[in-house]
Amino acid sequence: MAGSITIFLDRCNGCTLCVKACPFDAIHMANKKAVIDMAKCTLCGACVEVCELNAIELKKDAGVKKDLSLYKDVWVFCEQKKGVIQSISFELLGEGRKLADKLGVKLCAVMLGSAVESRIAELAERGADKIYIADHPALQSFQDDPYTEVLVKLAEEYLPEIILCGATVIGRSLVSRVAVRLNAGLTADCTALDIAEKERLLLQTRPAFGGNIMAVIITPNHRPQMATVRHKVMKEAAIDKARKAEVIRKNYPDEVMKSRTRLVDIVAEIEETVNLAEADIVVSGGRGLGGPENFAMIRELAKTLNGAVGASRAAVDADWIPYSHQVGQTGKTVVPKLYLACGISGQIQHLIGDEGRKVPDPRFQGE
Amino acid sequence: MPNTTDVRIDPVTNTLIREGVESVINPFDAYAIEEAVRLKERLGGKVTVLTMGPPQAETALKEALSLGCDEAVLLSDRKFAGSDTWATSYTLAAAIRKLGGFDAILCGKQASDGDTAQVGPGISTHLDIPQVTYVKKIAEISAAGALVERMTEEGYDSVETPLPCLFTVVKEINTPRLPSLKGLMKAKSAKITRWTADDLGAEPEALGLDGSPTRVINIFTPEPRKGGELLKGATADVAGELVELLKDIVM
Repeated sequence: MAGSITIFLDRCNGCTLCVKACPFDAIHMANKKAVIDMAKCTLCGACVEVCELNAIELKKDAGVKKDLSLYKDVWVFCEQKKGVIQSISFELLGEGRKLADKLGVKLCAVMLGSAVESRIAELAERGADKIYIADHPALQSFQDDPYTEVLVKLAEEYLPEIILCGATVIGRSLVSRVAVRLNAGLTADCTALDIAEKERLLLQTRPAFGGNIMAVIITPNHRPQMATVRHKVMKEAAIDKARKAEVIRKNYPDEVMKSRTRLVDIVAEIEETVNLAEADIVVSGGRGLGGPENFAMIRELAKTLNGAVGASRAAVDADWIPYSHQVGQTGKTVVPKLYLACGISGQIQHLIGDEGRKVPDPRFQGE
Repeated sequence: MPNTTDVRIDPVTNTLIREGVESVINPFDAYAIEEAVRLKERLGGKVTVLTMGPPQAETALKEALSLGCDEAVLLSDRKFAGSDTWATSYTLAAAIRKLGGFDAILCGKQASDGDTAQVGPGISTHLDIPQVTYVKKIAEISAAGALVERMTEEGYDSVETPLPCLFTVVKEINTPRLPSLKGLMKAKSAKITRWTADDLGAEPEALGLDGSPTRVINIFTPEPRKGGELLKGATADVAGELVELLKDIVM
């Protein structure tokens, strides 16, 4: 039983509140009574909330209860590239600290890499109580198979109740696989995380439908509860040089490290030193610039401000600038404090690309 | 998926206006379809397009057929309702198994409504095949394997993989074609295979809401962004004013 939803027709007065509340357009009125189209209904319960007459009953089947109390601790998957811990990891350690404290459990950092021993202190300074390290030449750079295998093995042995991971290229590819293997719930791109303390549930808030609505998602009966978070959504953990952590070094046999894919080469393409996805200042150009030559002005301004160069889809489609600079729905999501849009009309698909922005963007119009 | 570029919020009720929103191909999937058709044109073979959704998703599948796909399968069943990415990838993987042998599975990097990017990797995991995500170029491909470029935050990785493999692709990989007249005619009369949960022989408890570890417990409309302030006047004055305003922002 997947659960069921029932309308008590004797209570329904045809007020249509549920019709308006349904995000999936699954309710219509027939003979002044609400009717639910089960082909569209996702049992989200939005209608139950608004019904003033308690005429809608939602039964969600709890399913088989696992012994969830065996699962403890908050894990943060700490991404490293060329041995450098990515800043998203520190942001997740900052958020993970709050969640671990609310649950009264340990905050653990998990790092996979090759010759990363020297990086352990950085993770301890950022608040990790415990650090799991898998150090092996096969883990030097991300490949799906060995990373998945190792993270699954670690989680199966130590049973974390929460795993946080950056919504990066690596993170999204990795934890999507890990979640399927562990039969765990995974929520992408969370913008807020909290704990329902009584139930020990992770409350995951994320945008849906291109940010038009927000959804709060839980994983009631599966562990671990897994979530990804984008760059700059959470605040970096402060550095405390005095902090020490317990370190657990794990070695696995060679078959765990096997990869069906092979990394041939790593190519860096972005010209400027500032990573667009993480930049505090972004200067973007669009079709209004009139031609590719005018991107020189955008580049100059970005360089002066120590910012990154962005572009609209129109400018990329016109081949004025490589796709790696595109901001928006089909490009990158940026989270700057200041976004300067030049020659960009501001279509919704472009605006979606800077959801996390803290201040309004000055948009230059006219000359 | 519903066409998200058409999503509008009713200002009175704060809900989505879905009336008249057609079922369209997820923009990212258009690149996957184009790449699959190009591979077929180069190497031969057959492209099957597969989706899970309500009956009206047939429109999107017909569009895919008009773009050069050979066969289309729609997974549609009330038992699939409420699927999260776990159950969705399980269901799609079950259908792919039923379809039989394949050399490559192509997916868009993510859907533009859910944006999770989790279903592609989920499918490859259920099928236990290798994957390369965020592919921006298939440089070489043969029966033995493929050499592809996978987009990263800094540039790209060159990755070698055996086949069968699952690829999720990004926009940069190609420019999708428009449907040809011949394609449109073919699609119009094409028959779309419809499979239900029973056809898949899948574990019922792994489908739909039952098979979904996650639950949506609340949906709300985010506070609308406050409108900006428009500075008007001579460029020099406005620039000065703006500089003053920006000074207040601690970078």
